[in-house]
Amino acid sequence: MNDAQSACLELRGISKRFGSLGVLDDVTLTVRRGERRGIIGPNGAGKSTLFNIIAGELPASAGSVHLLGRDVSRLPAHRRARAGLARTFQTTTLFPRLTVVENLVLALQAHSPERFHLLAPRSRYRARDEEAVALLDRVGLAGCAEVLVDALGYGEKRQIEILLALAQKPQLLLLDEPTAGLAPADASLVTEMLKRERGGTTMVLIEHDMGVVFDVVENLTVLHHGRVVADGPLETIRGDAKVQEIYLGGNL
Amino acid sequence: MSARRRWIVTIVAGAALALLLPHLGVPTFFVSLLTQTWIIAIAAMSLDLLIGFVGLVNFSQAALFGVGAYAVAIGATRFHITGFAGGLVCGMIAAVVTAALFGLVALRAEGPGFIIITIALNQIVWGLAYQWVSVSGGDNGITGITRPPLGPFDLSSNTAYYYVCLAAFALTLAILMTVVRSPYGLVLKGVRDTPRRMRALGYNVWLYRYSALLLSSVFAGTAGVLFAWYNQFVGPVDLSLDQSTQFLIVTILGGIGTIYGQLFGALVVIFLSNELSSITQRWMLVLGVIYFAIVLYAPGGLVVLVPRLWDRLRGKRVAVVPAEHP
Repeated sequence: MNDAQSACLELRGISKRFGSLGVLDDVTLTVRRGERRGIIGPNGAGKSTLFNIIAGELPASAGSVHLLGRDVSRLPAHRRARAGLARTFQTTTLFPRLTVVENLVLALQAHSPERFHLLAPRSRYRARDEEAVALLDRVGLAGCAEVLVDALGYGEKRQIEILLALAQKPQLLLLDEPTAGLAPADASLVTEMLKRERGGTTMVLIEHDMGVVFDVVENLTVLHHGRVVADGPLETIRGDAKVQEIYLGGNL
Repeated sequence: MSARRRWIVTIVAGAALALLLPHLGVPTFFVSLLTQTWIIAIAAMSLDLLIGFVGLVNFSQAALFGVGAYAVAIGATRFHITGFAGGLVCGMIAAVVTAALFGLVALRAEGPGFIIITIALNQIVWGLAYQWVSVSGGDNGITGITRPPLGPFDLSSNTAYYYVCLAAFALTLAILMTVVRSPYGLVLKGVRDTPRRMRALGYNVWLYRYSALLLSSVFAGTAGVLFAWYNQFVGPVDLSLDQSTQFLIVTILGGIGTIYGQLFGALVVIFLSNELSSITQRWMLVLGVIYFAIVLYAPGGLVVLVPRLWDRLRGKRVAVVPAEHP
């Protein structure tokens, strides 16, 4: 396979400026299909901005985004989602006034014509609810099915945050600090969830917790002041003197 | 009694009461006020679809309502569209077209921006009705609208028309209650709560807001048509910002996000404003204090307040005073 066919995500010369502040500068990177890529870098390196540009929430000042070989630079966020992209948010972004099942059903029915059905109550769509409960069962949260998301603990909310993105059955999954603010026990639950998905889904992971990074990803991209300073397999990056100096602090 | 049985009993009793009322010897004036209640409740339910389920606080609901009323009036007096179905369709189409235009402008903004734009749009439509005298009759409005017969039924009597409005109310209630519990209704709630996540899931947030606005306008327009036939007159006041505010008050008092609560909102607002205005000239002031108290002590609206008062009454009757749960 040549590059164009095997690339899941390709960024070409992405730059982003907010007024006079340059946040991203000529970021070019390719994520293969099935690859698990980590993006690390100190606070303010531009990681979340990069995610927002990939997902279509922010327009890039320059450069293009290619998803599965298709230029999606001008597509709005929801069209990119329909093209196979799913993302999670650094701050939990769920539907707090809806139940856990309803949250998941929103993800599951996103591409089905039933989202336009308005003259039959949801109780006629049992199969959808069962599909949602089955997903919950996989992470041992089936007991919370009918609970309002608002009433869940923080650790459970973070798991639902990821489960929603998985329910989209994405080709590319963007994970923005999935373990942010979690106690170690909850963080390891999330790590287990991600490891279980290692089979097929292409993942790009922003994470500060190096334990999680080393557990989940195979390749790393290091961002610093909006530039890619290193890009390669875990072991290579771990040994890279420049990376140790600017980010890892030589502690690895 | 289980919650479900309590619901069924309440609905059956309410429906029986509503059906029998005109034959229980109540004054005609009372039947008229109830007819008005059904109509205002339809408009308020259409507004609750937007406020309670999509998060769009639309201040131009009166424009949609009023355009429906004017359309049936102009259709009847100028174009001889004098049938029931013809008039109704006329009003609905006018309201939907207006909403389609409004949506293109107002949905470019969210939250407070949306509110301000809808206020402006409502003022524009009011200005047209007030000043485009050759079409709208200006301040004098349009008179001489007669209630068309519905099939074999003559609707000129207040009692007959009461039943038409009651049926329209029941149908609207059934449709909207189904819509908000449907898969589409779930999408609307998602758009209301977290539009950012909805986009990430692949939903075109704008499309759902726009379609909900159009759906809402169908019922607002219907209410406008019924109101024009009820008064047999249409004037600029029917699509004024004051009218929009009244719909908003009815919706909030009844209970946002309930649909059925708007019936109670409409009952209280229509009957209180009529009763109070016959007692005192300062009725607006009294009304304001009552609204204020309800919103302050029962922010969930009458649908929360009424059962709470009912339970308290029953609690006292059996002389078991349960501990207060704050």
